[in-house]
Amino acid sequence: MLSIHNLHASVADKPIIKGLTLDVPAGEVHAIMGPNGAGKSTLSYVLTGRSGYEVTGGTASLDGEDLLGLEANERAARGVFLSFQYPLEIPGVPALTFIRTAMNAQRKAQGETQIGAPAFLKLARETATSLKIDFEMLKRSLNFGFSGGEKKRMEIFQMAMLSPRLLILDETDSGLDIDALKIVSAGVNAMRSPDRAMLVITHYQRLLDYIKPDRVHVLSAGRIVASGGPELALELERDGYDRYVQVAA
Amino acid sequence: MSLASALRTGDLTQLPSRRDEDWRWTDLRGLIRTLPPAALPTVFDEMGPFNGLGGSEIMIADGQVVGSGDYVTPGGQDATLQLRYVATQASSNPSRFGITVREGDSLLLLESYEALSDGAVTSADIDIIVETGGTLRRIILAADQASSITVSTATVSLAAGARLEQTVLTSGARRQRIETRVAHPGAGATVRLDGAYLLSGQRHADLTTVVTHGGVDGTTSQMTKGVVRDQARGVFQGRIVVERGADRTDARMGHHALIVSDRAEVDAKPELLIFADDVSCAHGNTVGALDEEAIFYAQQRGIPADDARAMLTTAFVGEVIDRIDHDGARDIARAWAAQQLGTGL
Repeated sequence: MLSIHNLHASVADKPIIKGLTLDVPAGEVHAIMGPNGAGKSTLSYVLTGRSGYEVTGGTASLDGEDLLGLEANERAARGVFLSFQYPLEIPGVPALTFIRTAMNAQRKAQGETQIGAPAFLKLARETATSLKIDFEMLKRSLNFGFSGGEKKRMEIFQMAMLSPRLLILDETDSGLDIDALKIVSAGVNAMRSPDRAMLVITHYQRLLDYIKPDRVHVLSAGRIVASGGPELALELERDGYDRYVQVAA
Repeated sequence: MSLASALRTGDLTQLPSRRDEDWRWTDLRGLIRTLPPAALPTVFDEMGPFNGLGGSEIMIADGQVVGSGDYVTPGGQDATLQLRYVATQASSNPSRFGITVREGDSLLLLESYEALSDGAVTSADIDIIVETGGTLRRIILAADQASSITVSTATVSLAAGARLEQTVLTSGARRQRIETRVAHPGAGATVRLDGAYLLSGQRHADLTTVVTHGGVDGTTSQMTKGVVRDQARGVFQGRIVVERGADRTDARMGHHALIVSDRAEVDAKPELLIFADDVSCAHGNTVGALDEEAIFYAQQRGIPADDARAMLTTAFVGEVIDRIDHDGARDIARAWAAQQLGTGL
């Protein structure tokens, strides 16, 4: 599914990702853990095509198709979805309008027919119910004045509506209380499927109690320095990142 | 010293210049080297931008009021007046017009500026009186030709319990100023003063308001938004004066502009002059670019960058449009904004 090979990337001419190699097969959930400044958020922005994040070497592809040459919206249309650490407020654009615009833009890019209003609203109502989101909230400006927890739930709602193939969750647990964390995690777990891959980026192990990874990778100084099963997350929680920071150095 | 007096006397030194504090961003003296001649008689019968919303129509064509003189509401709640300033020649077009909304009456005033000719210079003075308990909803659509000059100055006096709800929509002109001076001498008057300027090319628009609270319990709510591109220039001057004794005044002023190109300019001067103690006043003023993070966020969901910019810009202006409390006028405003924003903004 997602295949990254020897990726190098810079922000403002400063190298951040320095030879990162990673494969996430379809159907698997991989966690990326690492200390602050390791390049976790940079990796998510490089994969999604944010401007200012310059790829200086290596490749990244989704099902064999190169991602790095595509615009951010083209990558989204291919099924790449990033759940933002800090979702943006979009004043004046109701959540439903925004999501329908996004959905139809993706469909257009993929040569599919547009979704009509009745079918869209039906899907939105069903999805909102399953995620315990008040439908009225979807009529308000997207994320505008929402709490941190509400914004994260809106990210999961968008994810469920857009049904991406590759999910990247960037610090999805930050700013969530335990109840919100459970709801958000349940929403993510419901998206697990044999034809979907997930990359869960997190600083703390806590999120992985709720979203169980198949593999855990340690990112330090722009490279994957260790990989293992779920037990690696527990070890990191116990021993910290010091050992891996030294490895990277 | 005004454009009107310069046009009436032919004396260029009467023109306001950048040395006048209130005109420093809308200099006429430096712009107008010769005054155009007086207008020839004209006949004009094309439809105005509010055609379809009904009511009576008064046209001021090349400075000449067509038909009867000042307007007084006929009584009742649903009067509509379409007041059209049309310029068909490169002429000097000074005019004065009076409107009275009588006690308890309600008037929808649909005012348009339609300078169609190169070089037209229009000065519109409008004296408006809203009597006790009266309501005036005033929607102004300024669709002037790019090379025209227009100064509109409305003086509005609100009696006790009177209400004014105003929205100015303009695409600017070579120089254009739409000024509204509101006095609340009566108690409990309510004012909403909104505006949107969407400018491109070398157009200029100046939205100036002066609101003077003289009575108690008055409220003023102002929301102006602007989008400027190319070498356009937007000017916002908002002054709210709360006089001694005008207690429990509640006044809020917001002006927010998006600058879409490096060579566009926005000049803003919000002023609150408060001489009473028990008041609630606030103003907010921002001038900046679209939020690139928000554009990336929309792109990450699959929306192409240009579409994201258009969506965010439309939403930005939409806040002003949504506050128009008349379905037909709001639809026209929305279509106008879409047209302005669709042509490359």
